[in-house]
Amino acid sequence: MPTMTWPQDADTVQLVALARQWVDDLNLTAVRQWKAEQPGRLAIGHLPIYAPRPILEAVGVLPVAVFGGGDQVDIIRGDSYFQSYICHIPRSTIELALGGQYDCLDGMMFPSICDVIRNLSGMWRMLFPERWSCYVDLPQNFDAKVGGKFYVSELRRMARELHERGALELTDQRLRQAIADENRRRAVLQRLDDLRHKEPWKVPASEVYLISRVGGMMFAKDHADFAEAYLAAVQKRPARARDNVRVVMVGSFCEQPPLDLLKTLEKAGCDIVDDDLQLGMRMIDGPIPEDTDDPLAALANAFLFQGVACASRYIANDVKGRQLIEKVRSSGAEGVVFSAASFCDPALLDQPMLETALTNAGIPYTSLKFAENTGQFQVIREQAGAFSDAVKLWGEPTGTGVTTATSC
Amino acid sequence: MSTAIPIRTRAPAQKSPALQKDASQERQKQMIARHFEKLANAPESRDKVCYTFVPGNLTELIGSFDMLPVLPEINALQSGMRQRSGGYIAEAEKAGHSEDVCTYVKCDLGMMKSGNISPTGTRLPKPDLLLLSYTGCFTFLKWFEILREEYGCPVVMLHVPYQEGGHITPEMRRYVVDQLEREVIPAMEKITGKRFDEEKLRENLRLSAQAEDDLVAVWESAKHKPSPIDGYFGGVYYIGPIFSSFRGTQDAVDYYRELRAETEARIRRGEGPMTPDGVVSEQRYRLVVEGPPNWTSFNDFWHMFSREGAVVVASTYTRVGGLYDTGFRHDHQHPLETLADYCMGCYTNLNLPGRVSLLEKYVKDYEADGFLINSVKSCNSFSAGQLLMLRQLEQRTGVPGGFIESDLVDPRYFSRSNIDNRLQSYFQMLDARKSRTA
Repeated sequence: MPTMTWPQDADTVQLVALARQWVDDLNLTAVRQWKAEQPGRLAIGHLPIYAPRPILEAVGVLPVAVFGGGDQVDIIRGDSYFQSYICHIPRSTIELALGGQYDCLDGMMFPSICDVIRNLSGMWRMLFPERWSCYVDLPQNFDAKVGGKFYVSELRRMARELHERGALELTDQRLRQAIADENRRRAVLQRLDDLRHKEPWKVPASEVYLISRVGGMMFAKDHADFAEAYLAAVQKRPARARDNVRVVMVGSFCEQPPLDLLKTLEKAGCDIVDDDLQLGMRMIDGPIPEDTDDPLAALANAFLFQGVACASRYIANDVKGRQLIEKVRSSGAEGVVFSAASFCDPALLDQPMLETALTNAGIPYTSLKFAENTGQFQVIREQAGAFSDAVKLWGEPTGTGVTTATSC
Repeated sequence: MSTAIPIRTRAPAQKSPALQKDASQERQKQMIARHFEKLANAPESRDKVCYTFVPGNLTELIGSFDMLPVLPEINALQSGMRQRSGGYIAEAEKAGHSEDVCTYVKCDLGMMKSGNISPTGTRLPKPDLLLLSYTGCFTFLKWFEILREEYGCPVVMLHVPYQEGGHITPEMRRYVVDQLEREVIPAMEKITGKRFDEEKLRENLRLSAQAEDDLVAVWESAKHKPSPIDGYFGGVYYIGPIFSSFRGTQDAVDYYRELRAETEARIRRGEGPMTPDGVVSEQRYRLVVEGPPNWTSFNDFWHMFSREGAVVVASTYTRVGGLYDTGFRHDHQHPLETLADYCMGCYTNLNLPGRVSLLEKYVKDYEADGFLINSVKSCNSFSAGQLLMLRQLEQRTGVPGGFIESDLVDPRYFSRSNIDNRLQSYFQMLDARKSRTA
């Protein structure tokens, strides 16, 4: 595994600092070290939201989640590839790739999030023709005999192409183990989320975010160990309950907001008890079946039947907003903060429908926009503070009554 | 190079004169009027109405069930040309839709909220079925989710895999055919109460292939000098029937036969196409254009080209609803497989390297002096990656590229003077290059 070590008795401050160090390391030092330990190892990057990581792990490949450059990178070359009306994450991704930071990645996967990320896959093919490039056309048909069959053929293709580049051959046994590891990771993250719902003051969203996100560049079993260590440390940390408003944050599933935006919301009196920031880690609701003759079909079917609602996934026969409302209710949230990246088609096209559903359910919301390198938070703080006060002071939510918007 | 110092040397664009119409254009106008009349009467006639999209439209299949297609993008662009889109977009933004997203969607929603009066002035019926042919554009998916909420009618999804590897695999084809067999056709049977008639579909596909042959002959006529057509501004009229409701009909066959005859007659006369500046036979610049046009100032935009003697010999927007000049024809012998291949072959379903290769082929085959990208804010499917395409094309072809920005139907994003300045600079650059070559 990429070498992450921590003291047995590490406290939350140490663990969060360690996670932040890895997340902020845009040179992917840990990935480079892991590859250097044994020549021939492969590491494959993937864009948000969801990538079938167990397939990569099963063939011995390290999956590396890529979330652009955040607020740490001056975009120079990246801007020359994109018009002003395109979101920020492809710019910083190109900036980092052209700057050599992704040289340690032997390929890149581009899940079907939107047209920008789809076209980025083609740009990758042209800019880095020697590297493996894979557009992951996640099925929008949820019949196992139709969409499932197609998805299985795509997963097989990925494994075959990676094997041709030096990865292990895909076997049922290896895939079963990778699925078991993924399930364990998912279970630990679920415990973290459960705790957050009950006692959000113990596990601030800004910490949970880092603990989740760092797993994007680790094998699942190692990430599960790390998240376990954090959970254990949380139990020992003294924490005092706060009378904040509990909110669910929605719309930041691809381009990630700066960490300071999360802290700003927290300072403004919002406990973010659930969010879609690291949606890929939570895309499958519940464990993937392990006791099966066909683990590949199990992985594919988990996406079809256990995949959570998100803006990039066709709603099919579901009711728009149902899962969001359930999440608000199950997490004990009192409102929703829509937080979409500027020019994010999926989030911004989905939002009016979700707002209608929330209004009909009597759940208050507010909305803001950001870019990954947003640096000014005062307006957001005032807006979130006003929202928090409105919910706390005037009790009964009024749907759109407390809606305001901030653009960045 | 792609940019130049904007120096104005010619008079600014004036309001363009009215365009003279060919007989085929009059025919098309009548076809469209009849179709909208049928749509207006659908509640009384009980014809079933199927909303769907231009790329990956299954018009032959829809027609085999005697359903009437409605194409929201066409309504949006027509609203743009009739200067109604600005108001419709404002209406949608007032209802909470972001200013960042596709203006076709907002124009359509605004039109619906304003009474759903079609561009021809007749009332559009509500859909009985939303056929979400998810081909080459992510926004389609959200668009019909929004319409589902508004109309409360059934949606059937057809997920068309993207050609990420640059070709169609048997698995991709099978996936689309499976969906047609298990989802789309049963949904149509249920809505219409009719059984699927494969023979009727085959007949429609035969008619499609005839029209496609004539359309390709029209596209390829631009290899002549002077070109008898404008393959972009004129081209959007040529694609009207085949991209919308008429592919697979005798009307379309007749239209394209007439259009081809008109084109061939112009070749014999050594004439260029009809433009806002009259017939342009003295053609100073032969261009290839990538990206959709701006619709709110369509004739003024065209005038900026025709005034300078610039003619577009090939364009990619006119391949967005079907790419026929690389050899594809609807094949009545394999009706569902051919529909699958058609959908997967639409221009925006090609990967970026494939799009660059197609543009390169056009520049070379049509002996273009340059290529121009009109990058529209609304359409990330087209626009994301175009600046890299520009560089790649310049490297591969050696001809200069130009880059301008506008929008589909949002009048706020058409900056007349900026675009005109850029175009004039671009034409100067082409002049300079020609004189150096000479």
